[in-house]
Parts: sequence; C-alpha cells; structure tokens
Amino acid sequence: MVENRPFVTILSHLVLVLGLIVIAFPVWMTFVASTHDQVTMLRSPVPLLPGPHLIDNYGQVLTEGFGRGSLNIPVWLTLVNSLIMALGVALGKIAISIISAFAIVYFRFPFRMWFFWAIFITLMLPVEVRIVPTYGVVANLGMLDSYSGLIIPLIASATATFLFRQFFLSVPDELAEAARVDGASPMRFFLDILLPMSRTTIAALFVIQFIYGWNQYLWPLLITTKESFYTVVMTVSRQANVTDSVPSWNLLMAMAMLAMLPPVLVVIFMQRQFVRGLVETEK
Amino acid sequence: MEKRVTFNERTLPYLLVAPQIIITLVFFFWPSGQAIWQSVLIEDAFGGNTKFVWFDNFLHLFADASYWASARLTLVFSALVASIGLAVSLLLAVMADRVIRGATAYKAFLVWPYAVAPAVAGVLWGFLFNPSVGIVAWLLQGIGIEFNYVLNGNQALLLIVFAAVWNQVSYNFLFFLAGLQSIPRSLIEAAAIDGAGPGRRFWDIVFPLLSPTGFFLLVINILYAFFGTFGVVDALTKGGPGQSTSILVYKVYNDGFRGQDLGGSAAQSVILMIIVILLTVVQFRFIERRVHY
Repeated sequence: MVENRPFVTILSHLVLVLGLIVIAFPVWMTFVASTHDQVTMLRSPVPLLPGPHLIDNYGQVLTEGFGRGSLNIPVWLTLVNSLIMALGVALGKIAISIISAFAIVYFRFPFRMWFFWAIFITLMLPVEVRIVPTYGVVANLGMLDSYSGLIIPLIASATATFLFRQFFLSVPDELAEAARVDGASPMRFFLDILLPMSRTTIAALFVIQFIYGWNQYLWPLLITTKESFYTVVMTVSRQANVTDSVPSWNLLMAMAMLAMLPPVLVVIFMQRQFVRGLVETEK
Repeated sequence: MEKRVTFNERTLPYLLVAPQIIITLVFFFWPSGQAIWQSVLIEDAFGGNTKFVWFDNFLHLFADASYWASARLTLVFSALVASIGLAVSLLLAVMADRVIRGATAYKAFLVWPYAVAPAVAGVLWGFLFNPSVGIVAWLLQGIGIEFNYVLNGNQALLLIVFAAVWNQVSYNFLFFLAGLQSIPRSLIEAAAIDGAGPGRRFWDIVFPLLSPTGFFLLVINILYAFFGTFGVVDALTKGGPGQSTSILVYKVYNDGFRGQDLGGSAAQSVILMIIVILLTVVQFRFIERRVHY
C-alpha cells in the first residue's frame, strides 16, 4: 500500500464483498432449494433461508433418483461414473503426456519434430467443432456406452505435453549425464529421477484435468445411451429440461449441489496446485 | 531449446510417443479430415449415395440467412461475455490487490466458480430467473420488469451471458491478480510521490502495464465464448426461443444430430476450425512477443 486512504480501502472491501455476494448467490439459492420440500419450492417467492428437508432430499436423490423413464436413476451411480471419467481423463492425460514429453526431450529420432507438431495441432481441434465425425469414429470402433469411449478420446493433451517438456528442459543436464555414466537405462532414469522430480507439476495438472474431466458435458451426452454410464453433470442438465407437470426443484437442486461439490472441493483444498496449474497450462 | 545430453535408443522413443500419437491420429486427425471431406459431399437422406459437390455446402451455408444470424449472434454473445467478464474481474482484481486484510480469503472465495461445470452453471442461473419460481425474476417483476427468458429472445441471450461470465470470472480474476502483483511497487510509489492519486496511477501506470494480460485474456475469453459455452446454452435455452441463442457451436451440433444435415454441419465444422486456428495463432504470436517484454 502506497498511502493510507481509509475511504478507498473501505470502498475496496465494499466492492469485494458485493462481488462475493453476487458470485455466491446462485449457489446459495441452490443450497436453500435443496433443503425444502417440493410444495414450498413451488410457491413464489421461494424462501431465502434453508429449511428442514436436507437429509430427506439428498437421501432420496442419492439412493433412488427421481423423475420418470431413463432419468430415474440413483445419483450415487452417476457420481461414480463421473469419478471414473474424471480420474481416467486426468491420469490418462498425465500418463501419456509425460512419456511423450520424455521421448521428445531426451531422445533424438527421425520425425521427432513431426510428432511434436502433431500433438501441438490438437490444441486447434476442440471436440465441439468436429462433433459429428468424432462421434462416427467412436461408434465405428464400438466404443459407445463404455468407459473407454468416455475417457480415451479425451486424453490426448497438447498442454500437458508442453508443460512436461518445459519442465524437463529445466532439469539440469548433469542428472541425465550422471545416470548414463552409472549405466542406468533411460527408463530407470525416468522412473527414479524424472518422475519424482515432476511431483508438483503432476499435482497441478491433476487438479486442472480432474475438473476438466468431471465437467465434461457434450461428450458423455453424445456417446452414452445406457443409464448405467450417465455422468452426473449431464443428468442434472437433462433433468432440468424435463417438462414435468410438477417440477421437483428441491430434488433437482440437491442433485446440482452434488454435481458441483467434488470439483469445488478439489479447488478449495488444493488451491495452490489449482492456481499453479491454471497459470502454467496457459503458457 | 534442446537438451545436450540424450539417450541413444532406436525403438524406445517411438514406443513412448505412440499412445499420444495414436489417440491424436484416431480421435483428432481422422475426424477432422472426415469433416473436411464431408464438407464437399452431399449425402442423400437414406445414407446410400454420396456426391462430390465442390463448395456447394459452403455456398449453401453462406446463402442461408439463419447461418448469418447465428454468426452475428455469436459475435454479439462473445463481445458481451468478454467485455463484461473482463471488466468485472479487473475491478475485483484491482480491489483485491489493494486490500491487505482478508486478501487471501477473498481470493479463496472468488476462485471456485471455475470448478462448476458450464451445464450446471446454466441450471443454477435458470433457477434464479425461472419465470414461475425464480427469485430474481420475482424481484424484477416487483419493480415492473417482466422477465421470461423462455419467451423473450433478448432476455434469454442476457441470461446465457450472465451464466457464462459467472463461470469464467474466477479465471480472469486470477490472471489479472497475478498481472497486478508483478507490477513493480517502486513505479507506483514514484507516481504517488509525484502526487498522482489512485485513479491517475491506475490509468497511467497499472492499466498500460496490464494490457498484455488483458489481451491474452481477451483471446481466451473469445475462445471460451465461442466453444466453451455449449453446456450453458444446452442446459438453459437449447438455442431458443426460436434461434435467438443458437450460437455457432450449438448450430453445428443441432444441424448435425437433430437435423441430420451432414454436409452442412461438416461445412460449419470446417469454418469453426478455421476460427480456432486463427485465434490460436493470434494467442501464440502474442505470447511469443510477451516473452521479450
């Protein structure tokens, strides 16, 4: 702080608190809605403070689900699917990116730069712009309605490969030299030296990619038709669009809370890794 | 930059890049190639015959008023998302940079919306503005504004802008805050000694020094508005009412899966790819320049 101006400081706090309230308000209302019964949530104006039905609502959506037809599935199942998908995408991206970055940095081989550029170009081809043909490829490979179909097409990662490449380039050459003098094989060097050194980079990437995997929407929407593979984010959105005669806002909002809780908790408890990952993957 | 020390192996490096390259080829290059190929074909409705038609699909698209409407809409939408998002997050970042007490707490409470899926963000905002039970819609009605995003196209657009901005604010905030904290204190102090007040210091020193971050965020926000907001639109409005929130990515999906217009959807895909490539090139050119600052 350069000088002391109490008025400006108070104004700053005021703006920040106002910002926090606006940002937190949608989630607060969602939480409130998830603690009332159905009848209360159908009368406008809806209450602004939590009610007594928290356990009933969450219990019902977790174990039974609600609604009609194919959407009537217990939310715990969709949470498990989302967890499998998020972990699969995060770990898969990290695994294949770290080994390809290792190959590109620590070896000289024909077509090395070709591979590098091929990986780079994936940045320019997000799923959203090539939806129909990608769906076709996955369908031809018989990967619809499977965990491999949910995970594998998403795990190529230019950003993760770059991040590991950047990190490996900053590792002192003496380490590789020493490993070679001692007769260690490349894989030995990778497993015993590089991998432990990459811990913080891996943690940062994991947080970002876990959120990315958990929050996938279009992809699971396209390739799953069996309820047993539905993820929680797509189920929430689908439920919201069901035009029921009597909408169950309380249950829908309990589901929405459950859908955002895991990634939000990851961000809150791993905030340092999160910020690091966010800033570094964009370089 | 290259490593001086490398290992000599013939097959190992190929095995190491293989998983990444195979996935890239099968799930990125192959479908993209197909999109380009399909964009010059016409397939009849029964999937039997395909005909090579040169650029007919593109000409057809450019003659289609609804495509231009969607393109215009996407421009308006991304301009709104980027300008509101950047302005709000810059304001919050400047304030968070000023305060000493509670700075980390503010930061902790501002970063988590990033973790909420766009589709879920859409559901939350839809609930707040729901015409029959939404609390904000009720308040607006109290002051005489009839808010019904299910019927009113402009209000629907406004609502997806709000949801998209809300989802992206934490990202912008973190980058602006990092940018602000990297500005040397001595510059600000020197200006203060010369008698410049907080407003003057912001516009003459902080703002110009922050412009690289701002420009980078502008590109990222446009990319986000173009391609990252599919979930928001699908959860909130499904492109409606009418076509009033059918942005380009939504139209590709809708024409391809709902309308079964493969050639037209593929032509749209190709145009979107060109847009992403241009934006990515701009982003990287700029980052290269930023390194030399």
